Amino acid sequence: MKKDSITYEQAISRLSQIVNDLEKGNMPLADSLSLFEEGTSLMKRCTELLDAAEQKVVMLKKGADGEPVELPFEEEA
Amino acid sequence: MNENRVYSVSELNGFVKELFDATPMFSQLSVRGELSNYKIYPSGHHYFTLKDSESSIRCVMFKSSAVRLRFHPENGMSVTVSGRLSVYPRDGAYQFYCSAIMPEGTGDLQLAFEQLKKKLSDEGLFDASHKKPLPHYPDRIAIITSSAGAAVHDMIRILGRRWPMSKVILLPVRVQGVEAPPEIVGAIRYANRHALADLIITGRGGGSIEDLWAFNDERVARAIYESEIPVISAVGHEPDVTISDYVADARASTPSNAAEIAVPDRSEEMDMLSGFSIRSSQAMDKRLKNLRTELDNYRSRRVLRDASAPIDDRRQELDYLRDKLGSAMERALAEKRRAQVRLAASLDAMSPLRVLTRGYSIASDEHGKLVWSVKTLKSGAPLRLRLSDGSADCRVESIEEDQ
Repeated sequence: MKKDSITYEQAISRLSQIVNDLEKGNMPLADSLSLFEEGTSLMKRCTELLDAAEQKVVMLKKGADGEPVELPFEEEA
Repeated sequence: MNENRVYSVSELNGFVKELFDATPMFSQLSVRGELSNYKIYPSGHHYFTLKDSESSIRCVMFKSSAVRLRFHPENGMSVTVSGRLSVYPRDGAYQFYCSAIMPEGTGDLQLAFEQLKKKLSDEGLFDASHKKPLPHYPDRIAIITSSAGAAVHDMIRILGRRWPMSKVILLPVRVQGVEAPPEIVGAIRYANRHALADLIITGRGGGSIEDLWAFNDERVARAIYESEIPVISAVGHEPDVTISDYVADARASTPSNAAEIAVPDRSEEMDMLSGFSIRSSQAMDKRLKNLRTELDNYRSRRVLRDASAPIDDRRQELDYLRDKLGSAMERALAEKRRAQVRLAASLDAMSPLRVLTRGYSIASDEHGKLVWSVKTLKSGAPLRLRLSDGSADCRVESIEEDQ
């Protein structure tokens, strides 16, 4: 899976697996190291996703043709 | 009225009806009694008898009034009916024209709620086995509520603070009044038909039982039940419970609570990530430490401490083998040498020339053929004698054969 297309959920589930595997510590060192590297890059990816996220809010309203159209929803409070 | 006049039945009933209708008290009154013989006709009109222990009266509720009933009237129910008293001229019978029925004791909405709750519960709409799990990290959340009011803003604000990664799609609907249930149903179905979201939140802020009534509507309940997308019901305040709450996959006590249930909290996720980071680093450290210990163990053994040790061992073994091989070779050579000497000696012993030194001689004819019998000899034949140190040509003088 390409790193950039991975979702947060997929990244977290892979991360949790990696951490468990690393903690078992029963694989060859080279494999541990490449897992560790993968985990580090996944953590970076997740943190980026969390940091960069900006909430998107839209409102679906019936357009002139009767089909719903997406409009930005302004906080009118 | 003229005493001698003969009236038709229709005329008489018409007069009686006029009398009834002209009586102010009859035009608007309420009567308490018990429902019996309750029938709903295909026309949509409701017919029943209202009775007490001694008496009864026929009642009718036309469709236009009956559609406003929130609960299902049942035989034996104690009720108060409101309406007017009049005459049905065709039968010459007076009856109660009912515009509303209120159950005794509890309110009609409460009764309607209990009735629908029992009905849907019996049908299995609230079964835990039908409830869908909510997505852990919803990608798109459809909010089906009023676009005005505090509820929608509370939800959007909390969703944005906790988990801004989820896109929020607001489907504005009316949340009270007769239009509300079909609009809510339509929005739930629309979201499903277009796979608009992976989570739906529907609800509204607090209000009276009448205000919340759309979420006690059977159509809304069924739409929530049929939704492929998990639904969180978020109606009113903590103590308010609606049919939607029972049928939804998750119930939130308030709209704000729904936003908290819907998404994880970003800061908790950050904590979890640092937890992962710490755990994997610790696991690697431990791993490397173990390897180092293992390495030290190996290093402490002689083979590794003294790198030439195994080579010396081998060299020693090689020397030993070389020695062994050398002496074996020598022994073999000596043996061969001795055999050769023995062979040479026996060859020497067998040489005919050696015999000649002992005084023997060898005779051969003119062709060089050895002569070993007198029978082949003739007188005067040349003969060559080989002696130990030379040859002599001779001639046979006489032949004497041994007897």
